[in-house]
Amino acid sequence: MLSTVKQVVTEHEHQPSRLLEILRCLQTSTNYLAEETIIQVAKELDVPISQVYGVATFYSMYSTKPRGKYVIRFCESAPCHIEGAAEVLAAIQGILGVDVDETTDNGKFSLELTSCLGVCGVAPAMMINSTVYGNLTPKKVQEVLMTLE
Amino acid sequence: MIRSHILVCAGAGCVSSKSRLVKEELLTRLKLQDLTEEIRVIETGCIGTCDLGPVLVLYPEGVFYQKVGVEDVAEIVEEHLVRGRVVQRLLYKEPLSEEILEKMADLEFFRRQYRIALHNTGAIDPDNIEEYIARDGYFALGKVLSEMTPETVISEIKQSGLRGRGGGGFPTGLKWEFAARSTSSTKFVVCNADEGDPGAFMDRSILEGDPHTIIESMAIAGYAIGADQGYVYCRAEYPLAIERFVSALEKAREMGFLGENVLGSTFSFELELRVGAGAFVCGEETALLSSIEGNRGEPRPRPPFPAVKGLWDSPTIINNVETYANIPSIILKGAEWFNKIGTEKSKGTKVFAMAGKINNTGLVEVPMGTTLRELVYEIGGGIPGNKKFKAAQTGGPSGGCLTEANLDTAMDYDTLLSLGSMMGSGGLIVMDENTCMVDIARFFLDFTKDESCGKCSPCRIGTTRMLQILERIVNGEGIPEDIDALEKLASFIKDTSLCGLGQSAPNPVLSTLRNFRDEYEAHIYDKRCPAGSCQALIHFTINAATCIGCGICAKHCPSSAIVGERKKPFSILDDQCVKCGVCVQECPFQAIERR
Repeated sequence: MLSTVKQVVTEHEHQPSRLLEILRCLQTSTNYLAEETIIQVAKELDVPISQVYGVATFYSMYSTKPRGKYVIRFCESAPCHIEGAAEVLAAIQGILGVDVDETTDNGKFSLELTSCLGVCGVAPAMMINSTVYGNLTPKKVQEVLMTLE
Repeated sequence: MIRSHILVCAGAGCVSSKSRLVKEELLTRLKLQDLTEEIRVIETGCIGTCDLGPVLVLYPEGVFYQKVGVEDVAEIVEEHLVRGRVVQRLLYKEPLSEEILEKMADLEFFRRQYRIALHNTGAIDPDNIEEYIARDGYFALGKVLSEMTPETVISEIKQSGLRGRGGGGFPTGLKWEFAARSTSSTKFVVCNADEGDPGAFMDRSILEGDPHTIIESMAIAGYAIGADQGYVYCRAEYPLAIERFVSALEKAREMGFLGENVLGSTFSFELELRVGAGAFVCGEETALLSSIEGNRGEPRPRPPFPAVKGLWDSPTIINNVETYANIPSIILKGAEWFNKIGTEKSKGTKVFAMAGKINNTGLVEVPMGTTLRELVYEIGGGIPGNKKFKAAQTGGPSGGCLTEANLDTAMDYDTLLSLGSMMGSGGLIVMDENTCMVDIARFFLDFTKDESCGKCSPCRIGTTRMLQILERIVNGEGIPEDIDALEKLASFIKDTSLCGLGQSAPNPVLSTLRNFRDEYEAHIYDKRCPAGSCQALIHFTINAATCIGCGICAKHCPSSAIVGERKKPFSILDDQCVKCGVCVQECPFQAIERR
C-alpha cells in the first residue's frame, strides 16, 4: 500500500494541486480510501493530513468507508425523476436489501446516488462502476443486477 | 474505393443502448460479405436523438435507422448494402403525423436546427484528428496566429455579441478583454466542463463528439489574452468524454497544435485536463478554481473576479464548453455573420437538451429566439401519449418553470429572466399533467441542499429548512403557514447567500408557487396530489373483481408486499409496499390500481 502511494504521488510530480487525481488513482483498485492511505498521501505531498482528509470527504466520489465491488451510482436528477426513477430506486433497494449509502453484506454492491449523468435522453439511468445503463424500469434493473458476477 | 459510410452514434446515450455491440456486429457481417474494402464504419459523437438509440446513418443516401439492435444488423447489410433496398421497419416515424421518413435530413428534429457549436458532433469520428481538420478544424487557430493580433481577436469576439452559454450570459469578448488588459506575466485559460445542471448534456456531447474544437478555441483564447497554459475541468461522471479528450490532447500535441511554438509561430500553449470528483458546486467558477488548485471546491466572494484574480491569484478566463465551441466559426466566418443570427441581445444559437416528457429527447441547436412551442411540439414531436403539456423547467435547479401561457415566448437570455426563469446551460425538462409541481420543487431543493458546500449559513441551513417544509407538504403533513414560511425563507436565502448556488436555490420553489399555487394548496388542505405522483399520497390496491389470482404480481414484488392464495384475489400489504409499481407493469389483467 505504502509503495503504491509513493508511486502514484511521484507520477504526479509531488504536486499538491493534483491531489484530486492522486486520490482518484489510489481509489480505483479498492473503491475507497483507507485512513493510512490518506496519512501517507499527506506525508508524500508534504501537506497537512487535514487538507487531504478535507478533500477526500468533500467530494462524493471518494469514500473513506469500504465499498462493494460494484458501486451503483443511481441518477437522482430531475429528468430521471420525472421518468420514474423513484420506482426504480425502490426496486433496487428491495432487491439488494440496502438503503442508499450502504453496502450489501456480501460486499458485492454499494448503492449511492449521483448527480446528473448527462444521459437524460435515456432516463432513468445509473452507472455501475464506469458502465452506464439507461431506460431503466424496475424489471430491467432486476435483470442487470442478476448478470453481474 | 469506399462506396458507403456508416455512422454509428457512440454518444453516452447510445452506448448505454449497446451501440458498440451493433458496431462490432456490423464489422463482423461486412467481413463475412467481403465488403470491408467498400464500406467504412465510423464511430461518431452524439447525433442528438438519444431516445432513438442506437442510431445509424448510412451515406451517401443519408438514410437514418433508429433503435437498431444487434439482431437487425444482418438485415441492414444484406438488404441495404448488398441489394440496395432500405429496411423500412427500422425507419423513423414522426410521432404526430405518423409519417415514415427515410432520410436524416427529412426529420423535423434535424431540419429545424442551425448547428454552429454542434457542427461536427455526430458528423465526424472524434478520435480522428484528420476528420476534424478536413472540416476546417484548426484553420481558425492558423488564421489567428498568422493574420490577427490579440486585440483584433478580442474585438471580433466582442462584435459577434457572443455571451457565455453556461449560465449568466456574460459577454465573452468583454471577459477576455479584462484579462488581456492585465500586465501580469502569468495568466490562465480555463474551460468549465463541470456540467452539473441536471438535464443538460450538451457539453458532454461536444467533448465526446468534437474534442478538438475545445482545444483549438482555448489556444485562440490563450493567444488573445496572453496565456500559455490552460485547464479543462471535466466532471468525473463523464468517463467517455474524459477518454476522448485525453486522446485528442495527445493527437493535437503530436501535430503541433499544442506545445512550444504552435504552428511554427512564437506562441506556445499547453493544456491539461483536470477531473472533478462529484461536487455540483464546482460548476460555480470560483469553486472550480479552488478544485483545480487541489482543494475542497468551496466558492469565494467576488469581486475580485477571476479575470483579475483567478487561478493561483493570476488573471484567468473561464468559459464553458459550448461557449468555446462557437469561437472557431466566429473567427472563420466573421462577427457580422454571427451577429445576424438570434435576437437583438442574444446572438447566435443555443443548444437545448430536451428531456422528460417529450417524444424526441436529445440535443438540438436552434437560433436564439426560437419559441418554446417550436421546441416542444415541432422539433420535440410533442408529449408522449398525447398528454397535456404542463411546464418546462429551464436553468435546472437554479431556474424556474415556463407554463402553457409561455409557449409562444421567444427563448433568449433576457425573456427567460423576465419570466422568473433563466437560460442556465440550456437544459429543458418537459413535464406533463402527471408531474407534480410541488414534488419537482422539493426535488430541486433536495438537490441544492445536498450540493450546498456548507461554507455560508443562509444556504446550508436555509435550504435544509425549506426542504423540511416541502417534505412535510408532499407527505401530506403540510400546514397552512407553510406557504408563507417558504416565501420568507426564499427571499432571505436569495439576498444573503455567498455564491450563485445559494442565491438561486429558492428559484424553483418561487417559480412553482407563482404558477402552481393551487397544487401546493391541494397538498396542504385536501391532502391530495392532483398529479397523482406523490408516493405518500398514493396507494396501490388490487381490484378483487378483475384479479384472477395468478400470483404474477407477488412473484415480481421486490418487497414481498403482495399476499394471497392462487386462484383467489391477492392483496397488497400497505406497510410493506415500497410503491415501485412493478406489480402494475407485470399484471396481465390490469387489476392493480394506483391512486
